Amino acid sequence: MKSFSEKAIVIGGSAGSFKPLCSILSGLNSDFNLPVFLALHRLKNVEKGFLEILSSFSILPISEPFDKYEYNDGEVLLAPSNYHMYVNSNKTISLSTEELINFSRPSIDITINSVAKAYQNNAIAILLSGANKDGVLGMKSILDAGGTTIVQDLDEAEITTMPGTAYENYAIDYCLKTDEIIQFLNKL
Amino acid sequence: MITEQIDLLNSFLKQKFNYDFSNYAISSYERRIDRYLMLRKIDNISALITYLEASKVNLDDFIEEITVNTTEMFRDPTVWSSLRNNILPVLNKNQNIRIWHAGCSSGEEVASMLILLKELGMLEKCKLYATDLSTQMLNHAKEAKFREKNMELNRENYYKAGGSNNFNDFFDYKNEFYHLDKSLIDFVTFKRHNLVSDAAFTKFDLILCRNVMIYFNKDLQDVVIEKFSQSLFKNAFLAIGKKESLIFCKHVDLFSVVDEENKIYKMDRKA
Repeated sequence: MKSFSEKAIVIGGSAGSFKPLCSILSGLNSDFNLPVFLALHRLKNVEKGFLEILSSFSILPISEPFDKYEYNDGEVLLAPSNYHMYVNSNKTISLSTEELINFSRPSIDITINSVAKAYQNNAIAILLSGANKDGVLGMKSILDAGGTTIVQDLDEAEITTMPGTAYENYAIDYCLKTDEIIQFLNKL
Repeated sequence: MITEQIDLLNSFLKQKFNYDFSNYAISSYERRIDRYLMLRKIDNISALITYLEASKVNLDDFIEEITVNTTEMFRDPTVWSSLRNNILPVLNKNQNIRIWHAGCSSGEEVASMLILLKELGMLEKCKLYATDLSTQMLNHAKEAKFREKNMELNRENYYKAGGSNNFNDFFDYKNEFYHLDKSLIDFVTFKRHNLVSDAAFTKFDLILCRNVMIYFNKDLQDVVIEKFSQSLFKNAFLAIGKKESLIFCKHVDLFSVVDEENKIYKMDRKA
């Protein structure tokens, strides 16, 4: 499978991830020129408000893509409520209504996994606060592909199950506070 | 999974059973195969091919599991209130109404439509067709019985979609299942139809094909939309999934948008 020379960011988060996520979205430089994929656990059938709130924080344009959407660099793509989101190697998005995975749809693992496949060693995955283990296997797939893995600092994260499990089980590259994540991304 | 292995499986399925998965959306298709191998504890693609050759039961099981059959009644309630308030009243001016549920899965959407038509007093002039690739799924749909554990969500959706009757009145409860009223099911013809390889078969006033084409690649989506355009009367309606769009489709010009949010289109040009 072909991979890109450019990088891409994928962020997974669950309970407690809203605050750090908003800080990251508002802290990115306005000329930040990489795609950012968001897989977040959220309430089913709560569709509208969430995107609007994130938009109000985000420096970059943010949307919930349609199936087969062709994205550009510098866009933030949020996995729509009640759909799994795959990132493809031809810079398109695929959505799916497959069964829940780890009780979740969107599944963080599915999105991170697909970014690992599409971007290989240029994939950068960030796992924020969360109360379950979704996303942990995704982090492994990023490491297997030679990409970069970051978890939210375990002292800072509101709920450490998600970043902590990844950190304990795999050779995660960085454990960073929200401010440090922002600095890291802006230097890419 | 390696691309060559998937190609191998696809050509086997095509040559031996005339199932063509070669234009399925690769990301989800690959995951479905991985999932199936794990589910049935099969080691690799060549073992899978041996398994599928062994019996029709195995093949049917594979088709049922590889296709995505998560569904619920009145899924995306706003779509159903739009059908109730905007689309069906227009169709009600016709003498007869023909509706096609393309990719009907286990029949939740067909049941929703039957309930809606019954409430609007339109059922007697309607003829519904429900088709699916999987014979297993068609059998489920025909039985029209629904698990108790799913009924809470179905009921919640029904009321959100503007339903005002006692939802349970449409069902008979026995042996842990809710059976849809038999007199409603009689308005449906169930038919095995492969959207990928089978031709259009008749014309309709409304086609619902929601969250089916997301499992196809763009080329195949174009083929299917063309098939729909041949299957729709002029000014007939097409409803697709809320997160699908005809914007990326070759035949977008044949359709106009009736309800952007709920992805309901009208065909206003001859294909």
